[in-house]
Amino acid sequence: MTRIPLAALIGLVLTSTYFLAAVFAGFIAPYGMAEIAGDSWGPWSSTHLLGTDSIGRDLLSRMIYGGRTTIFVATAATILSFSIGCSLGFLAAVKGGWVDQGLSRWVDLMMSIPSLISALVVLSVLPVTLPVLILVMGLLDATRVFRLSRAVAVDITVMDYVEAARLRGERQGWIIFREILPNALSPLVAEMGLRFIFMVLFISTLSFLGLGVQPPLADWGGIVKENKEGIVYGIPAALVPAVAISTLAISVNLVADWILNRTSSLKGGRG
Amino acid sequence: MVHPILKLVAQRIALGLVLLWAASVLIFIGTQILPGDVAQSILGQSATPVSLANLRAELGLNDPPLTRYMIWASGVLHGDLGHALTNGQDIADAMGKRLGNTLFLAFWAAVISIPLAVSLGLLAVRYRGRWPDKLISTVTLATVSVPEFLLGYILVYVLSVKFRLLPSLATINDGMSFGDKLYAISLPVLVLVLVVLGHMMRMTRAAILNVMQSPYIETAELKGLRPIAVIARHAFPNAIAPVVNVVMLNLAYLVVGVVVVEVVFVYPGMGQYLVDHVAKRDVPVVQACGLVFAAIYIGLNIVADVVSILANPRLRHPK
Repeated sequence: MTRIPLAALIGLVLTSTYFLAAVFAGFIAPYGMAEIAGDSWGPWSSTHLLGTDSIGRDLLSRMIYGGRTTIFVATAATILSFSIGCSLGFLAAVKGGWVDQGLSRWVDLMMSIPSLISALVVLSVLPVTLPVLILVMGLLDATRVFRLSRAVAVDITVMDYVEAARLRGERQGWIIFREILPNALSPLVAEMGLRFIFMVLFISTLSFLGLGVQPPLADWGGIVKENKEGIVYGIPAALVPAVAISTLAISVNLVADWILNRTSSLKGGRG
Repeated sequence: MVHPILKLVAQRIALGLVLLWAASVLIFIGTQILPGDVAQSILGQSATPVSLANLRAELGLNDPPLTRYMIWASGVLHGDLGHALTNGQDIADAMGKRLGNTLFLAFWAAVISIPLAVSLGLLAVRYRGRWPDKLISTVTLATVSVPEFLLGYILVYVLSVKFRLLPSLATINDGMSFGDKLYAISLPVLVLVLVVLGHMMRMTRAAILNVMQSPYIETAELKGLRPIAVIARHAFPNAIAPVVNVVMLNLAYLVVGVVVVEVVFVYPGMGQYLVDHVAKRDVPVVQACGLVFAAIYIGLNIVADVVSILANPRLRHPK
């Protein structure tokens, strides 16, 4: 067991705090998610630690419940995009030939339209519900995961041990899950951190535009939207999610960096 | 014999056109053939069957998809983007002015951010590992970890509410003088600059550092050139292709960032237009905007490819 560097430790602590707060939102939030607990835009006080929002709901409770929605959607979308992206990426690398060509060109095409624009186009006809959002975000992001996992797997498929497994007569599934996946894991885990952050930013942006999580459900982007009018009066309620999003982003980045450094043999050994 | 560079450039442009065509198909499929029924989503759940049938007929939804795509695509090629469902306005008319506004905003963001990012990148390489490098890296890391819209509100809160320096809304109209317009868009431009600056500067730094390991750099250093001259004369020209690629990628990113920033500052541009009509489920407008954004994005990527071909002396002067 090696020592964990300070930066990674801070990252780990902050990340797990956010996740725990998301899981136990119902227990730690001082007020209900949609409970009107005071005047609108009340100041920071001992009863309302972060003040109240535009219609008098406790902002800290909204932030905790909002974190739950944001983190849940981002996590689900990340898992979806990795399941699809990695399976197809590995498949393309192992099969090669027209399967590889077909999948790669399809992904090129998907990536030729910016993902926010694609999401907006698709959301203009689909109902905006949580499952649809997760599906749209996951599928759009799977293209990026596909590129990475294919690139990583192509390097691994030419290794001797993969050749040996092929000559042994192992099936496609064995080669993908027993030979390639364990060896591709560390860059993929680091990438997972970055994709998760991207998902948090993505869902926040969509909610801010009014096309993501719908009220009365709280989420960080939505909290900005609800409180943006306060800014011109000097009420910083809409800026609270900024702190939450950027600290989450930075701490996940720190953890991802550490994992990549620790496990990647390309970067000069373990330690 | 045709010069090989012309052939390469022609190939890239042809590839871009194919990509654009495929993107138009994708956008069309995304809005027409998905499980959601367009007529249903426009009229809502409480629509009567008769009004649904009428709207379907009006939108031509009863034709086979291929016919509808051909009608739409031939319209687009003739400059006819159709009419908005919500107010019956001609989309090309409504879009023209907004596209101009958006390009105005993105143009000024690019004019400020590109030279700034490249010179900061050079500076970071010159003082690599020392405090200017670290300072630049830390600040730019902070700006890329915050989403555009929050960066926008933070700047509004600090610069226009607390210090009352800049306007918090970017409303522009034809009557305004050029200077007034620039003043009105100063905050959105600043946000866009900060958003792309971090990426651009980091990637520029990485591209130049890559070149700095070459033997000719060592020669230049050993013959006694000043460090900044080594970087500017010897390293930078050789890093042009990756740097241009970085710049173009970030310009393409600006196109997306613009959508969000326009909503924050209530700026009458394409992004605002797109978001409004997504919320109203106005499919023809969304298709048209999506196509324009995709075209700009693909166009910038082609330019990046072409410039990096042209910047490569091995391709310019074939043996």
